[in-house]
Amino acid sequence: MAASETLTSQGYIQHHLTNLTLGVHPEHGFGFAHSSAEAAEMGFWAINVDTMFFSILLGVLFIIFFRGVAEKVTAGVPGAAQNFVEWIVDFVEENVRGSFTAKNPLVGPLALTIFAWVFLMNLMDLIPVDLIPYLFGQLLAVFGADPHHVFLRVVPTTDPNATFGMALMVFFMVLYYSVKMKGVGGFVGELTLQPFGKWGMPANLLLEGISLLSKPLSLALRLFGNMYAGEMIFILIALLYGGGVVLNLTGGLLQFVWAVFHILIITLQAFIFMVLTIVYLDMAHQEHH
Amino acid sequence: MNINLTLFAQMIAFAAFVWFCMKYVWPPIVNALAERKTKIAEGLAAAERGHQEKALGEQRALELMKEAKVTAAEIVGQAQKRATEIVEEAKTDARTEGDRLVLAAQAEIERETNRAREELRERVAALAMAAAEKILQKEINLDAHRSLVNDFAKQL
Repeated sequence: MAASETLTSQGYIQHHLTNLTLGVHPEHGFGFAHSSAEAAEMGFWAINVDTMFFSILLGVLFIIFFRGVAEKVTAGVPGAAQNFVEWIVDFVEENVRGSFTAKNPLVGPLALTIFAWVFLMNLMDLIPVDLIPYLFGQLLAVFGADPHHVFLRVVPTTDPNATFGMALMVFFMVLYYSVKMKGVGGFVGELTLQPFGKWGMPANLLLEGISLLSKPLSLALRLFGNMYAGEMIFILIALLYGGGVVLNLTGGLLQFVWAVFHILIITLQAFIFMVLTIVYLDMAHQEHH
Repeated sequence: MNINLTLFAQMIAFAAFVWFCMKYVWPPIVNALAERKTKIAEGLAAAERGHQEKALGEQRALELMKEAKVTAAEIVGQAQKRATEIVEEAKTDARTEGDRLVLAAQAEIERETNRAREELRERVAALAMAAAEKILQKEINLDAHRSLVNDFAKQL
């Protein structure tokens, strides 16, 4: 249930959708934002500490686990951990081999990192929605903070900063390899000389430009939208708690059902992000005629 | 929910993770997978070779066994022949020896008989002489009738 009974449903939802933002407020100076409005007023030069913390924590976990296996990797009989890692690496490699026709040693590790990292970040959604924020609020309350103003979002992929960060990096890589493989002229030509030939240049540029720019946008918004909606449903289900036995049981059942379904969504979204990245990079490597 | 500095921080974090993964995670695992693949291929080829060699060995063993059987049969045949020969030889030897012994015994008997006859003759002559001597002692002069007696003795 909400951190306090005095909260309204709207306040509860709002509380869950606000990041722990650290920045310089024009009136209150440097510090954590006490409301979503304050966070907005901090403008661009603020940082979402919760997103950073959880994403880096999960990324480091991924790196430590995989590095630990890679250090002791053997071509002989694999142990349990190596078996698991090999299963994932094999899966990713198979996808890269299936969709990526050129040769680039970056694509495999990139796909693996995206898949594992996005999956882990999405996985945070399966932790009961109030658990970590509540414990964190209580912890900070010990130090004299007001739990109502302590925000924490544990799923980094529900923060557009995280999804757009990855999508933009992928976009830059697409641009880099487009220019590297086809040269500046080839890339510009690809943007302007098709599909209507050189007399339809403005229309070509418009169409190709939109198609190019929609890549990172769709990549980021798809993941963000899915995870945001998923978390929103968990929050709405959590609103049922505390309303009597029937509502509690209904809420418990709904949460279980949605969590089971969500296992599919988080895996699927990680997979889609990975596959689209591979496909976009493959398109960047290919010469069009 | 605001786009802020987190965006850049996330991009840097993402790049760092990808870089680390590319440098320290991906290559060893993929290499190990490739190495295992070749190992398995080699193992399968070796197994196939072993299979063929086993078949060849079995064939060779069968041939050797057949040969050994033939040789053994030959040896047994020779041995049987030899045994029959030995038995025959022994029989012949025994027969010869028996004949020889019989002949020797017959000769001995002959000799003994002759000797006994000779002895008997001499003794009869002596007896006859003694008897004649006793009968004629008084009427016959030994010297006068010696040739007569001797003739008689010779006829015995």
